[in-house]
Amino acid sequence: MSTQVPEQPEESTESAAETETQIPSKGDARREEKRRRAAERRAQKQAEEAERAAADEDTIELKVFRYDPEVEGKQEPRFDTFHVPFTKGMTVLDALMYARDTYDSSLTFRHSCRQAICGSDAMFVNGSQKLACKTQISELQEPIRVEPLPHAEVTKDLVIEMEHFYEQMHAVEPYFQTNELPDGELEEQRQSRENREKIKMSTRCIWCSACMSSCNIAAGDNEYLGPAAINKAYRFAMDEREGEDIKQKRLEIIEQEHGVWRCQTQFSCTEVCPKDIPLTEHIQELKREAVKNNLKFW
Amino acid sequence: MHEHDVIVVGAGGAGLRAAIAAQEAGADAAIVSKLHPVRSHTGAAEGGINAALREADSWEDHAYDTMKGSDYLGDAPAVEALCKGSPEEVITLEHWGMPFSREEDGRVSQRPFGGLSFPRTTYAGAETGHQMLHAMYEQVVKRGITVYDEWHVMDLAVTDEEDPEDRTCYGVVAYDIASGEISGFRANDGVILATGGMGQVYDHTTNAVANTGDGVAMAYRAGVPMEDMEFIQFHPTTLPSTGVLISEGVRGEGGILYNAEGERFMFEHGYANNAGELASRDVVSRAELTEVNEGRGIEDEYVHLDMRHLGEERIIDRLENILHLAEDFEGADGLTEPMPVKPGQHYGMGGVETNEHGETCISGLYAVGECACASVHGANRLGGNALPELIVFGKRAGRHAAGDDLGEAEIPTGKTGEYEMADYEFETELGELGGTSPAAADGGAVVTDPETVLSAAVQRAEAYVEELMDRRGRNHAEIRSAVQKTMTQHVNVFREEPGLKQALEDIQEAREAYKDVAVSDPSRTYNTDLIHTMETRNLLDIAEALTMGALARKEFRGAHWRKENQIRDDEEWLKHTMVSWNDGEPELWYKPVILEGENKTYEPKVRSY
Repeated sequence: MSTQVPEQPEESTESAAETETQIPSKGDARREEKRRRAAERRAQKQAEEAERAAADEDTIELKVFRYDPEVEGKQEPRFDTFHVPFTKGMTVLDALMYARDTYDSSLTFRHSCRQAICGSDAMFVNGSQKLACKTQISELQEPIRVEPLPHAEVTKDLVIEMEHFYEQMHAVEPYFQTNELPDGELEEQRQSRENREKIKMSTRCIWCSACMSSCNIAAGDNEYLGPAAINKAYRFAMDEREGEDIKQKRLEIIEQEHGVWRCQTQFSCTEVCPKDIPLTEHIQELKREAVKNNLKFW
Repeated sequence: MHEHDVIVVGAGGAGLRAAIAAQEAGADAAIVSKLHPVRSHTGAAEGGINAALREADSWEDHAYDTMKGSDYLGDAPAVEALCKGSPEEVITLEHWGMPFSREEDGRVSQRPFGGLSFPRTTYAGAETGHQMLHAMYEQVVKRGITVYDEWHVMDLAVTDEEDPEDRTCYGVVAYDIASGEISGFRANDGVILATGGMGQVYDHTTNAVANTGDGVAMAYRAGVPMEDMEFIQFHPTTLPSTGVLISEGVRGEGGILYNAEGERFMFEHGYANNAGELASRDVVSRAELTEVNEGRGIEDEYVHLDMRHLGEERIIDRLENILHLAEDFEGADGLTEPMPVKPGQHYGMGGVETNEHGETCISGLYAVGECACASVHGANRLGGNALPELIVFGKRAGRHAAGDDLGEAEIPTGKTGEYEMADYEFETELGELGGTSPAAADGGAVVTDPETVLSAAVQRAEAYVEELMDRRGRNHAEIRSAVQKTMTQHVNVFREEPGLKQALEDIQEAREAYKDVAVSDPSRTYNTDLIHTMETRNLLDIAEALTMGALARKEFRGAHWRKENQIRDDEEWLKHTMVSWNDGEPELWYKPVILEGENKTYEPKVRSY
């Protein structure tokens, strides 16, 4: 476990100066010497900063889960502490990026868009599933504990194995199907505004897997489709453009042993969904559809 | 080693469409992407897809608007291919289930967008890209197309003939992020680059962290010129603190821009007396910065975008996503207060030089989407024209690579047509500085056997990774940050000679620093330190070429504004900027614009809105 402290704000100008002084140096010996001096300067600065950080209220404390299956010292999971200078509007992702770029470039997490649409950075923040990029530091209690999503295999640090989640998503035939497309050239299928509204929330899923991670049933039953996949099935089953025969097939898929009937309506998935999708409601509605459908054949 | 007929690099809108088209044309297509497809940045596109779908509209009008918007730097054959192809592609997306916003009669809705003479922007709320990306990924799943996700493509396997026009691409080399394995991917019929934008060259950008222009840099080092890189679109409405995009749809629906004095400056200060807020993006961005520079900005930084008067119902119906973004990333409630906005890097009009089939000058190598430059956007892209580019050119390149006959291309690539060398003398040393290049030619006899070319590329990539992992040195993050800062400071909306020269020097300094770059994470498991380090090298090459073009082009055209000459100079500059890697000594040259379309010639006119 290592405790690390922030460097001074002047750090950036300091690095620029280092860059400049290194340009003319061609010889290895000279470069080595410069590296040594730079390392000394850094060490000194870190020591100074340790004192400063202790007194500084504008610094936040992150405790981040670390694990790497092949690096000595990281094979046993541990928590590292990072002190990050707080800036207005800072998110958990901003803080992690700062810690990585400033203190430890091996700190590993998925992230890309920074705006809650790519779904890469779902994590377990202070004990609940969150998208790091849309979680404000100011709304969290310190120290902030950042862990990988529970109920999935950890690849490294905050990165989890997503394969199982993708398999479940793929298991519900997650693609539009219809037997009747319009004949005319350049003619779209008609869809009522009401129907589009009905499926709208379900189409907002970003595959972040926060819901799956929060679900007790999914944790105990690895074959359970899980909230995201069932929501995907809902998105198509409720789309009037697909037609009744396809809907039959969809209901059969979600009625299977590890389908909708496993859901115990605990609402944990709905609570953690960063896109506010009413997952539990969608699952309940599919249960009702399935019952109606079965009665039809009596 | 893996082997497929067509290898698509990147899994956003263009890549997915290319793979689907290649497969439909009978090829075994596979996608290699450093992100899982649904993580691609196409998902962040908000506004919409321009398509002339209705009776009262026509592809000809769409083409006219696009040529005008491009400030006559678009090539007519590419622009016309875009406008003709878009309606069919939009309907295809609808048939794949994409949930478009609808009219009362159930048909897809269209709304007005900047620079368009007809409301032809189809959309799905303010989340069009998300819906488009997912609808296409669903089709990839349905068709069982192989996806190698979280494989970072490091290099292209290209032969090393003297002239790039004689070279052939036989595949790619990729690094499996999860395991650290390096593998060759043999492409029997073609490699299609669809790696997206390069916004990470700047520090205030709407682009994702992953948008590092990998495909552009790879193709460049293999010999394909970068075209029109200096034309960068700065979107006028991004959130000041994060760069998150607020869709042009807000203005399309009637949103109004105000300065600190409450003036509707687009009209009151005469920036665009007719179109106002819906003038072309470059016009609005310059107007906003001028307001701020003249002391009429809010907190000396931004202006206000007000949509309150649209009413809650309309906002929720058409722009709901905007409410969430403004709330989550800026703490602003768009229903009760104006939203703070300022210009941010949004889109690169330039990219890998291609013709209208997506082909580059290297045989077997294609590029499509934002990483490519056909060119459909010229000096300025119209809102709603990026998404149709992905699907129209994704499909064309996919089909062409799979062997479909698209006819003879009219746009020449490489130095095969008319061209002229630049007579600009750069004061800064450019290019490789004698460092090692993963794409450096071996010298000696030209190797043309595909297997040998590919295995040599794999070996170079392995050696490169080993070197980065083994040596001790500095972290890439400070180098990347230095480049982003100088680009944002000097190669922004307003550009002038001293600043541009400074940027070139700073980039060269960063290149020097990069020679000492090292990866400190020793792990082969999910080593993002290594991936980011490789990406930073790509950013260096792109920043340099971009700035070279900007420095030499002394005129004001589209998104490129020069203090020294604030007029469009058709006499001198009606031509594409080309930068070739030239084996480490970047070379600047120009080729003519093609203004002759199928039935008409697009005569340059004053671009006023």
